[in-house]
Amino acid sequence: MSGKAWVFGEAVNTDVMAPGLYFKSSMEEMATHCMEALDPAFAKRVQPGDVVVAGESFGVGSAREQAALAFKHHQVAAILAPSFGRIFYRNALNFGVPVLRFPAYAEVQAGDELSVDPISGSVINHTQNKHYSVDPIPDYLMDMINAGGLMPWLKQRLAAGEIV
Amino acid sequence: MGLTITEKIVRNASGRSDPRHGEIVTCRVDLALLLDSGGPRRIWPRLKELDVGVWDPDRIVLCTDHFVPAVDTASAAILKLTRDFATEFGINKFFDMQGIGHLMLAEQGFLHPGMFVCGGDSHSTHGGAFGCYISGFGAIEMTGVTVTGEIWIPVPETVRINWEGEFQHGVVAKDIMLKLCRELGMNNGGVVMEYGGSTVRAMGMQERAVLCNMAAELGAETGIVEPDDVTLQALRDAGQQPAANAREWCSDADAVYKTRLDFSSAELEPQIAAPHSPSNSGPVGDYRGTKINQAYVGSCVGAKLSDLHMVAEVLRGRKVKPGTRLMVAPASARVMTAAAVDGTLAAITQAGAIILPTGCGACAALGAGILAEDEVCVSTTNRNFKGRMGANSASVYLASPYSVAAAAVAGELVDPREMLSAVP
Repeated sequence: MSGKAWVFGEAVNTDVMAPGLYFKSSMEEMATHCMEALDPAFAKRVQPGDVVVAGESFGVGSAREQAALAFKHHQVAAILAPSFGRIFYRNALNFGVPVLRFPAYAEVQAGDELSVDPISGSVINHTQNKHYSVDPIPDYLMDMINAGGLMPWLKQRLAAGEIV
Repeated sequence: MGLTITEKIVRNASGRSDPRHGEIVTCRVDLALLLDSGGPRRIWPRLKELDVGVWDPDRIVLCTDHFVPAVDTASAAILKLTRDFATEFGINKFFDMQGIGHLMLAEQGFLHPGMFVCGGDSHSTHGGAFGCYISGFGAIEMTGVTVTGEIWIPVPETVRINWEGEFQHGVVAKDIMLKLCRELGMNNGGVVMEYGGSTVRAMGMQERAVLCNMAAELGAETGIVEPDDVTLQALRDAGQQPAANAREWCSDADAVYKTRLDFSSAELEPQIAAPHSPSNSGPVGDYRGTKINQAYVGSCVGAKLSDLHMVAEVLRGRKVKPGTRLMVAPASARVMTAAAVDGTLAAITQAGAIILPTGCGACAALGAGILAEDEVCVSTTNRNFKGRMGANSASVYLASPYSVAAAAVAGELVDPREMLSAVP
């Protein structure tokens, strides 16, 4: 399965992903404003399976989990950037949104067809016929990732009596 | 080989004797801060889904600050849910509309050297001023903390940042952080910023908190200041008795740092961060003459009692420029009371400023003081991202309380040192 690349610049912050003005709204409503300060077309046209590609420090800023949830809501296949905001990266992993460190982000053009396999750590740019390998998610976190994120993992651990 | 204070805390909290930097470890959480923004409203439905309660109600501090006071039925419903959560789970450390959560932890003396603390807000780093490890996490992870009392972190390296000497009058901790945002950038993942040097030692706790608060803007894991007599006295003033070994939570003389940075405070000028990033900063002279519509004094980083004192010092005998509005949202009820008692609020309101309710306010476009299209604001807050304080076309300049008050008087960005050295 492949999707279209949406390309953003450096230091995209969580306020533009989940604007405070819509904080009291539902996640569905909030997701319609995701990235609108940078590209009003994104939330309207992004399709399930599309891939977000961005520069350094993607998700810098606040702890608001709606920033990561907005991309989950839009069912993006993966987010590729050379570095991420600390809390955004953690939130995305905990929601099962693949966030992968991708130094070659500048080679991707908006609209390129990309396939991403977050488990094997491979990125294919079909438009440019380029293959990349990226760092996999740390082993320590794979139990949670394999479970599908923090909530399913907590359910498993509670059922197994690992949390008292 | 010696250890940094952070390495000592992480070893203690994780039970690991010699973890590598970057290795992921699970830490026991001594205290968790939940707020109305990402707290019960997002955590409670998940607890219901998991059919569990909270791991330890006495280790949870709950505050309403982002949506206070309610301005519509949506914010009122969020606040009601937050109060119901406190009742349902027996959260006794519940502070309803008493101030911004990061100040509550400090005022109540809940943070002790050596503790490992998680907060549901990125500026939880504020509390590192007390010599504890405290960092911000999203609501999904605070759900995990609430259920398990545990969190994973990559073991961080430490960057030591020394500031030596005395500031010029009109230069403060906020100016340090705006300069560091420019010099170090906002992409410092995996490291803790440990602040020291004679300038930091001479600071009170509220100014030290500014350094730690804006470690979030540096993209660091957190910020920390080793405890000293000032720290321990602040705990006693809050009615808490510091542990006998509290001073042992410090960095060893032979601790290994990722880097050491040394700065001279005497040379530091007031700093301004221009739109739309805290790292887009420079000396105030570069921005002199920029006209403003609004000056805002608010938020965890910029409306503590020490900040209001700076504002009042500039405003005494002066007036806010006609056509410019100055709004002040004291960061806690205790700050409001202290400022009322010592005459600070009188000086501020006599100059023509408007006092707003305590809370996070306009900093993140949640409370009063939001900006219209194309308006220009200078603010004591910590972020000026596009759309952060309102309309996407609004411009926000970040500055110290001295610089914001001076700009309110002049109607444009000016060097506060000139105003402070002149007789009004």
